[in-house]
Amino acid sequence: MIEDIELETLINDVYEYYGFDFGSYSRASLKRRVSRVIALDGFKHFHEFLSKVRYDPEYYKRMVDEITVNVTEMFRDPAFYTVVRNEILPLLGTKPFIRLWHAGCSTGEEVYSMAIMLKEAGLLHKCLIYATDINATVLETAKQGIFPLRMMKEYSENYRDAGGQEDFSSYYIANYGIAKFNEELAQKMVFSQHNLVSDTSFNEFDMILCRNVLIYFDNNLQKRVINLFDESLAVLGFLALGTKETIKYSIAMDKYKQLDKEKIWRKVK
Amino acid sequence: MEKSKIISGCKVVIIGGSAGSLNALMQILPEISKLNGFAIVIVLHRKSTDDQTLEELLALKASIAVKPVEDKVVLKPGFIYVAPSNYHLLFEKNETLSLDTSEKVNYSRPSIDVSFESAAEVYGQTLVGILLSGSNSDGTNGLKAIKASGGTIVVQDPDFADMSFMPNNAIQNTTPDFVLNNSELLELIISINN
Ligand SMILES: C[S@@+](CC[C@H](N)C(=O)[O-])C[C@H]1O[C@@H](n2cnc3c(N)ncnc32)[C@H](O)[C@@H]1O
Repeated sequence: MIEDIELETLINDVYEYYGFDFGSYSRASLKRRVSRVIALDGFKHFHEFLSKVRYDPEYYKRMVDEITVNVTEMFRDPAFYTVVRNEILPLLGTKPFIRLWHAGCSTGEEVYSMAIMLKEAGLLHKCLIYATDINATVLETAKQGIFPLRMMKEYSENYRDAGGQEDFSSYYIANYGIAKFNEELAQKMVFSQHNLVSDTSFNEFDMILCRNVLIYFDNNLQKRVINLFDESLAVLGFLALGTKETIKYSIAMDKYKQLDKEKIWRKVK
Repeated sequence: MEKSKIISGCKVVIIGGSAGSLNALMQILPEISKLNGFAIVIVLHRKSTDDQTLEELLALKASIAVKPVEDKVVLKPGFIYVAPSNYHLLFEKNETLSLDTSEKVNYSRPSIDVSFESAAEVYGQTLVGILLSGSNSDGTNGLKAIKASGGTIVVQDPDFADMSFMPNNAIQNTTPDFVLNNSELLELIISINN
């Protein structure tokens, strides 16, 4: 494991050389991730790694890709998707046009899960789904809608647990270890790079999903990002976070009403 | 191996376990009526779909309050915290807990090694690590890290563990301060900071 002081040096240098501010990221995870990439890439000394990051922009990019945690799943937490399917989609469905934003979408599994539910609810045609992440590499995967075939058994179980009634395998074509999801699902998706630390609001949405991203941020940054979502959310829109995340320390709670036990809040004013 | 059984200045007791460890906890926790100035953090291997059952079960059995773990919750002495399913549990310098969905370690998330190592970084000598029953090698590296940063490490006596592999693996690869059966574990926890 690297030393605390080394991590702080890296954070300062990255800010100075590239303008990216990791200063508000949770240190425990960041430290593990940086130590991991140093070991992975075979650096003997921290200073070798540091000068590579400083002077090689390509390597800097790799480092950022490697220290962000991109693990994701389709229909992760089926209970969450069940509430979205049964309680939220019917409300969104009354609108002539629906805008959604997946912030920190990683390789897109969550976005395709949502698109499947929207399609089954007969709403996909009138949706626009923005999906953003800071990591350009994962966005490329997300655009293609190609996921590992070996995961499909688990995903189809999740799908079923989330109330899915169709044949899950009809949504993709299996080929040499990969599952390529139907292009129809991706038609309403727009992928782009967006940094929650420094970029601003870019549209008004009816639903914003940002699951398991805030856990990597400290309290201050969490507060800023929740406020960015608040600015970007229409009144009566929904904000969904990961199962262990909350908005309650970040924003006036009389503006939001929580749905059931899930981490979904409706903006009431 | 047995050093004096007096542990003082302890802030956190972290307990890791896999198959069979719930049994041990069910015997030990109900007998503890109060924690002397430290918190207990429990990291068990559990089904990724298990949302709350483990917390509910422990809350039912333990006489001390079990605090639900959400991201950045403050770790307070006197309470029990349980690592949620499908996240790694990490410790921050400002005595909060944070969660992480990164890759499984030792086929596990939460991984005992990950939490033990992270706790060792923050709590050093004020940490006690206890490894219980299981049939996986998770926990051994974590105990090493706790030891290296000055903490106390304790392993459930494999002869009394439902699954001996995990404690045996730890005993073979570390130098535990104590190897104890369930009633001795209970005694030790009660004696901390006394
Ligand atoms: C664990 S993934 C979450 C994926 C998905 N939402 C889920 O819950 O399964 C976290 C994602 O947040 C992204 N991320 C980290 N920092 C970010 C930032 N400053 N702005 C936007 N995305 C960020 C990472 O690149 C990563 O893809």
